[in-house]
Formats: sequence, structure tokens, C-alpha cells
Amino acid sequence: MRWLERQRCFMDFTLSSLGRRKRKNFALIAVYVLIVFMLCSVIFFTNALRRQAETLLDDAPEMIVQRMMAGRQELIPIDYGDKIKSIRGVRSVEPRLWGYYFHPANRTNYTLLASSEAAYGDQSIEVGQGVLRTWQADSEGKLYFRAYDGEALALKVSKAFDAATDLVSSDLIVMTEPTFRRLTGMPDGFATDLSVQIRNERECAIIAEKIASTLPGARPILRQEIIRTYSSLFGWRSGYMIVLLSGAILAFFIFAWDKATGLSAAEKTEIGILKGIGWDSSDILVMKFWEGTIISLTAFLLGVIGAYLHVFLASAPLFEHALKGWSILYPSFQLQPEVNLYQLAVLLFLTVVPYTLVTIVPIWRVSVMDPDVVMRQG
Amino acid sequence: MIDSAAPVRKSTVFIISTFFSVLFLSFLLFIHPELQMKHFEGAIAKEKELVEKLQLTDLCLFTEASYTRNLSLADLHTPFQDFPTALEHFPSGSITIPSPLVLDRIK
Repeated sequence: MRWLERQRCFMDFTLSSLGRRKRKNFALIAVYVLIVFMLCSVIFFTNALRRQAETLLDDAPEMIVQRMMAGRQELIPIDYGDKIKSIRGVRSVEPRLWGYYFHPANRTNYTLLASSEAAYGDQSIEVGQGVLRTWQADSEGKLYFRAYDGEALALKVSKAFDAATDLVSSDLIVMTEPTFRRLTGMPDGFATDLSVQIRNERECAIIAEKIASTLPGARPILRQEIIRTYSSLFGWRSGYMIVLLSGAILAFFIFAWDKATGLSAAEKTEIGILKGIGWDSSDILVMKFWEGTIISLTAFLLGVIGAYLHVFLASAPLFEHALKGWSILYPSFQLQPEVNLYQLAVLLFLTVVPYTLVTIVPIWRVSVMDPDVVMRQG
Repeated sequence: MIDSAAPVRKSTVFIISTFFSVLFLSFLLFIHPELQMKHFEGAIAKEKELVEKLQLTDLCLFTEASYTRNLSLADLHTPFQDFPTALEHFPSGSITIPSPLVLDRIK
């Protein structure tokens, strides 16, 4: 109990000492909170997005087969599907008809998709919420397209995808196959690519090899590769993460280094007086340990709480502009809260521990000096 | 005997505020996700259903170019698509990293 009371006395003294330099310490904590907030926001956001992508794309087609010609993707003949179907282990092959539509007036790219399950007629479409936001339909709910041959085409929006599905459907315009072909000019007998269902997922790689060797120019893309693309997209090695993380970590080290290498005159005088009135070097080190802990722990807690509220309750508005880039249409989505405690522990270790330690080093140098010399230096 | 007029110790204020901050953070990290689970499970089920029904392969995150809209299907032969860290479509061009196929080849 005596030890505990002694530590509380140190804390009382440290908090009073911090209070005497309110402005400086407030600025210090503000910078520190900002660094933790930024690091933590990036970690929360990328982890949640990666996890969501992995969950959603688990239902993506097992294999997509594209046709490459002269290094570019070309339309694939639908009869390639018969050859693929003859490979043992393939359950079914379906042509996928999709493409892009650039709207010159609102300068937005949309994704056109033909669906065999479309329950509406050739004059109707189903669109994502992003399409409704960016492309104003007329009073009858029609959108006007310009077909590949320049002819105008009015299609009625019969249904909009649920706003909850914006992350996958925001820019989608789904229509029937005849409407898609009429709009894009894609000839009969061709598709954008083929979707292949496989009986045993473990045979995917072998079947992909067979497809590549049987069909000239075929490029199979496995579901695993699709998921891996998104897993690595927001990995810590990705460009954006590296830029943000390295910037924040460098800022933190400059800030900590500045703290470690220099003590203000007032701080030196304070140490001199404390030694003069009988404080031990070890007491001064304990006092400074508490100073580092109080500042870094407060900054860490505020930074992490702020990051959580920013990413999971406010849908990360600070990252929206960065992710939006050139695109006009950006999905409105909420991320499922999920926190990796291991990463949080690493962040705690990387921010709280080094700061606490670097505050002790310069103090140790000064505290072993003679009080008279210290006060004269101050 | 406790002196009721004695000022509250600064360490007491700090310990109590830190305790409540830790409590609030624990609520956010452990209880809030559970409370939101039902809402998100419904939304994710709808999204998964759509992905399966329409055979979608990509998230609608970057709509400005074909190879950022459909990252997993972008061809590997065009310059900038092998290494989309170019600035031609900043910042999404710099966010994305080469596809796993390219990374494997480098290794």
C-alpha cells in the first residue's frame, strides 16, 4: 500500500507539473492523438474492408475465363463454353455479358450487366443506388442511353438495388441480354467472358491449366485469385498504406526524437530544484516515467476511440476523398465493426512504449548531474 | 475521518477518467460489434446473394477506369496495369498493388 500511495504522489506531482505547462502539453497531446488516430483509422478501415471483400467474394464465380488477343481482352465466343464443359470436373459454363457505359454529361462510368434472371422486360432496367444518385431519371423514371450506333435508347428503371448492397451494386445497370446487345453492339455468339462452375474446388488449378492449353488465348482467373487480389489490395504493403503509415511513423519518431534530445530550460531548473530539495535520481526518473505514461496513454486511448468512431460510426469520411479519386460515383457503405486486437497491441507497443522510454533518457542524463550545475544550465 | 472539503487529488481524476476511457473503448471493441452484428449480417447476406446471382467478381470501389473497377479481371499486359502504382489515376492507381499473379512471378 505504501508503494501504491508513493506512486500516486508521483502522479499528483507529475499532473501538477504538466498543468503548469498547459499550452505546450496540450499541443503535444493533440499531435500525439492525431498520429494515433490516423494510424488506427487506416488499420481499422483497411482490415474491415479486406474482411468484407473476402466474405462477399466468397460467392464469386469459381473461375472466369477471358480471351486474350494481342495483349488485350477480347470478346470470347460462347461456343468455347462447350469445349470447357467437356473437361472432366466442370459442372457448368455460363457466358457473362457485361461492359462499361460512360455518360458524357455527368462524366461517370457505369457497369452494364446482362442477367438471364432479369424478370422485367427489354425496356426496363435494375440499377444501383449510385446510378440513381448521379444520373437523374426523367419524370417517368426513364434513363436515356446512346447506343453504340448513336441511336437513343430510353430504359425505365423498374427496380433499384437495396442501399445495403451499395458496395457491390452501386454503379450496376442490369438489363436483359437483347437490350445489352442492342446498347453495346456486342455480336450474337460472343460474351465478355465465361463463368465456370467446378465440381471439386481443389481441381480448379488443374482445370485452369487444361483450359489454357486447350483454348488458344484463354486466360482463366480463379476465385482464389480474385479474393487474393482484394486481400492484398488493402494489405500493409499496398501503396496507400505504406505512404500513410510511413508518414505517420516518421512524424512520430521526429516528434519523439525531439523530445528525447532536448529538455527545456524550465524542465532543467525543475530537476535541479527537485534534486536540491532532496529528490533522488530514481525519484526523478519515476516522475518522468509517469509523465510519459500519462501523455502517451491518454493520447493512445483518445486516438483509438476517435478512430473507431470515425471508421465504424461515421463511415470514414476522411478517407472518402482519397478513395474517390477521379471517380464521380462512389458507393455509400458502412463497414462491419471488427478490430484485430493483435494489431491494436502492436500499435500500443509502437506508440506508448517508445515515447515513455524516450522521455526517460534525457532526464536520466540530467538527473545524475550535480543540482547546482543543472540549475546553472537551466 | 475524511475531510469532505479537501480537493480531489489529481491522480484520482486521472485514474477515474482513464478507467472510463478504457471502459468505453472496451465497449466499442467488444460489445458494439456484437450489437451491430444482426444489422450487418442482413446486409452482407443481401450482398452475397447479389454477388452469387449476378456472378460479380469485384467491389464497386474505384469506378474511374476499367482496370480499377474490375481489379481482379484487369489484363496484365498494358503498361500501368502490371504495376498500378502510377499516378495516372491518382490516388486509386497508387492504392492498388500488383495482382498476386505478378507478385508471385517477381518472387
